Amino acid sequence: MFRYVVRRLLQMILTFFGATFVVFALMFANQDDPVQALAGEKPVSDSLRAQLTERYHLDEGFLGQYWYYMQGLLTGDLGRSLTGREISTVLSEAWPVTLRLSLMAIVIAAVIAIVAGVYSGIRRGSLFDNGVLAVTLLLLAMPIVVLAPTAQLVFGMELGWFPATASRNASFYAMLLPAIVLATTVVATELRVTRTSVVENLRSDYVRTARAKGLTPRRVTWVHVLRNSLIPVITLIGVDLGTLMSGALITEEVFNIPGVGLKLAQGIRNEDGPMVVGFVSILVIIFLFVNLLVDLLYAALDPRIRYE
Amino acid sequence: MTDIKAQIDVLPGTDPRAPLLQVNDLHVEFRTRDGVAKAVNGASFWLNPGETLAILGESGCGKSVTASAIMGILETPPGRITKGEIRYRGVDLLKLRGAERRRVRANKIAMIFQDALSALNPVYTVGFQLAELFRVHRGMSRADAKNRAVDLLDQVRIPAARSRVDDYPHQFSGGMRQRVMIAMALALDPEVLIADEPTTALDVTVQAQIMGLLAELQRQRNMGLILITHDMGVVADVADRISVMYAGRVIEEAPVHDVYARPGHPYTRALLESIPRLDLKGQQLNVIRGLPPALTDIPQGCAFNPRCRYAKDPCRQDPPPPAYAIAPRRTARCHFFREVLGE
Repeated sequence: MFRYVVRRLLQMILTFFGATFVVFALMFANQDDPVQALAGEKPVSDSLRAQLTERYHLDEGFLGQYWYYMQGLLTGDLGRSLTGREISTVLSEAWPVTLRLSLMAIVIAAVIAIVAGVYSGIRRGSLFDNGVLAVTLLLLAMPIVVLAPTAQLVFGMELGWFPATASRNASFYAMLLPAIVLATTVVATELRVTRTSVVENLRSDYVRTARAKGLTPRRVTWVHVLRNSLIPVITLIGVDLGTLMSGALITEEVFNIPGVGLKLAQGIRNEDGPMVVGFVSILVIIFLFVNLLVDLLYAALDPRIRYE
Repeated sequence: MTDIKAQIDVLPGTDPRAPLLQVNDLHVEFRTRDGVAKAVNGASFWLNPGETLAILGESGCGKSVTASAIMGILETPPGRITKGEIRYRGVDLLKLRGAERRRVRANKIAMIFQDALSALNPVYTVGFQLAELFRVHRGMSRADAKNRAVDLLDQVRIPAARSRVDDYPHQFSGGMRQRVMIAMALALDPEVLIADEPTTALDVTVQAQIMGLLAELQRQRNMGLILITHDMGVVADVADRISVMYAGRVIEEAPVHDVYARPGHPYTRALLESIPRLDLKGQQLNVIRGLPPALTDIPQGCAFNPRCRYAKDPCRQDPPPPAYAIAPRRTARCHFFREVLGE
């Protein structure tokens, strides 16, 4: 177990450098004139330009800039955004908002996927199963760039059931519509995997044993089948974190939620290299840690897995 | 810890003088893509306390389906019991409602399966799976139930039961896993135990140990045992009576020694002749020609007629041969049983 964790951590370091390098390279290639981008239409004085160039090492080559950046990152200094704010400050303000949004989305998606997936699996071929199948197809076919504005328009404005936007300190209720929209990006696959897994497990011998033990169908399903069926679903939820992050970018933009996604989108638009790379680096670290956690949870669910 | 089993009346309306288990004219069908498969076509047999009945037959002859039907764990659909009755102490189990039927399982009639590795839930400890029975059926606390689980593992002679109770099925060897299965089946002191090929997946020495353990536990508890198998060797050692099944029907029923000495049905006779014997070393082994019939297309008359060397015209016509009483406590479904017996 210990050795497994150490090995995974070592792998994570490699992944981390690879990912940040790619993002840094992309931002670098996309940069036209960051100083001008910062100033907008206004002309930039030569002294200010020289000062900014000096501060951000803009006169260095690509590798030089990456070197300075990694130096800062590894000493806990994310640097300053081109707007002059400490990136760590921006991040610490934006992070709790996104954390809340994505946690809500994960829970909503998981609960719907597991409950509906299990019922679909038990009642294979029923009206409910076919209905769920149709809905998941619809969700899979609908990208979030369509779904988010549509949901905002219909439920936020036309029907007025939910607030159309959410602020930093939005109530649970105000956050609900964005969270549901975000959940739709992952709920369909999670549901399908749950259903398939339940169908497969229902056919297995241990279910026959459980029934021969005189257990109620409910206990057979929710105690014996469910835990076995969750093994692939848990893995998927970990992998889905990436989808949720990219989904958060659009959701936050549409609902004007000042979270990581919105800041990141702003950074990309403003060619704010330090900001984008800083944010993505942190996202990469989180993604890696959550996936490690998921793999460890996997072992808790399935005792046959031992990390040697 | 008092044994509260006696205080719980799991199934009201039973008659203690009625036979322990009686299956009458059981018919089971499966709906498949190729039509209706008639898996069981009028199986009948009975079982007394302390007695071992072996149900013998080739794969697909309906023996496992019959067992599932008795347990009430048949997949419905596609399976369907179309006719017949299964009486436990006089009560027809097929007429019980869901909850009553469920209480019969494990409490009165229990079952052990062929492959213990897949029959045990891989993600729970064996202790949990054993204790579950006491918690669900007896309402015991977790701690009490776990103690009972340890007792059970002791009874089936798993060494160091107290420490092994928290192990998972994959941490046991094949023989030990089958012992766990036996412990699970016997947890609530059932009166009928159905063992569906309990030793097929095990190697020969372990087979003997498991059969010995089963026989001993059966004696202690005066349990009726239905042993489903295709292994004639195992049958000769432990069974009191044999029911031979072919194409979903019991074609011969008799005390075990009578069958081995003088089979009353051509199929039984052919089965016995297909066992390799030391004294016939070097000679060609007798095998049964052809294959068992497809259950969607069972021949008219006697189902065995296309493969039978005694078959004559009456065998090819419906109705199929009745169960002739060929001797006291012996029946055979063959028009020509006298010829087969060699009288």
